[in-house]
Amino acid sequence: MSDNLIIAGKTYKSRLLVGTGKYKDFTETRAALDASGAEIVTVAIRRTNLGQNPNEPSLLDAVPPSKFTYLPNTAGCYTADDAVRTLRLARELLDGHSLVKLEVLGDPQSLYPNVIETIAAAKTLVAEGFQVMVYTSDDPIVAKQLEDIGCVAIMPLASLIGSGMGILNPWNLQLVMERVKVPVIVDAGVGTASDAAIAMELGCDGVLMNTAIAGAKDPLLMASAMKKGVEAGREAYRAGRMPKKLYSASPSSPTAGIIASVRS
Amino acid sequence: MIKLSINGEEKQFPEPQAVAELIASMGLIGKRIALECNGEIVPRSQFATHLLQDGDTIEIVVAVGGG
Repeated sequence: MSDNLIIAGKTYKSRLLVGTGKYKDFTETRAALDASGAEIVTVAIRRTNLGQNPNEPSLLDAVPPSKFTYLPNTAGCYTADDAVRTLRLARELLDGHSLVKLEVLGDPQSLYPNVIETIAAAKTLVAEGFQVMVYTSDDPIVAKQLEDIGCVAIMPLASLIGSGMGILNPWNLQLVMERVKVPVIVDAGVGTASDAAIAMELGCDGVLMNTAIAGAKDPLLMASAMKKGVEAGREAYRAGRMPKKLYSASPSSPTAGIIASVRS
Repeated sequence: MIKLSINGEEKQFPEPQAVAELIASMGLIGKRIALECNGEIVPRSQFATHLLQDGDTIEIVVAVGGG
């Protein structure tokens, strides 16, 4: 039975979205992406290095946009204006590609989203025809506002970017999911495969991560683990877990036919 | 002489030049780049005709690994 992720009308088999930063080289980046099974990959937009070697390898060669769906981000932007300009450049760079990841940060210590600037940028980008997947806090009211503006996916943090602290507030994620109809994708904070599984068991539509894979001792093995974690969590969510029953023991083996105790 | 700010660095040129000339002089022909002049995108189709003027602020970007 097919169970695809649909974002802005496009169908994806994988519910794991991954970043392309922090790898040792482009060969490792590509190998990790392949091991993760991800179809959507985030990229950053940065100034070209003046005086760089023109034959320097390019991300676009290692991770061809014909094979992966690029999700250019606005990492490092602290104002709506910078984020909008960055994504206009991305659209020009990627031949009119309109699916983007908006993130407007509040401060460099926490990288916590500035939701005021995020909302302002989302309004402009949606009006300009971008399909905006938006990184935000796990505030259900803000999530709903971003959906109403026209964002195509809401991406709340599970914990701070790059922290690996896991799902700190599952209740808020549930509140977000109850309120919005577009896909909810946990973005940031996942540390290991069980974190990804928990996000999916909660009913999230996907998980986006970078450091959890790139920062593992063996990134390729962790990419494979994350793929399985996301798949396992999704299947468990769809299967519908048994209810938790404190003090209501129910043995798995028959209670009849147990051999008698030997009398002493 | 005209002065241009390119990716935050001041550069001097003898006379105004088209974006295409600047790209060529920087060895960026054929590279996947996008260019902004004074906060506005200059589409690739206008590289040959868009003339850079004294005091222009230019940003030239590429896609790099990121999360």
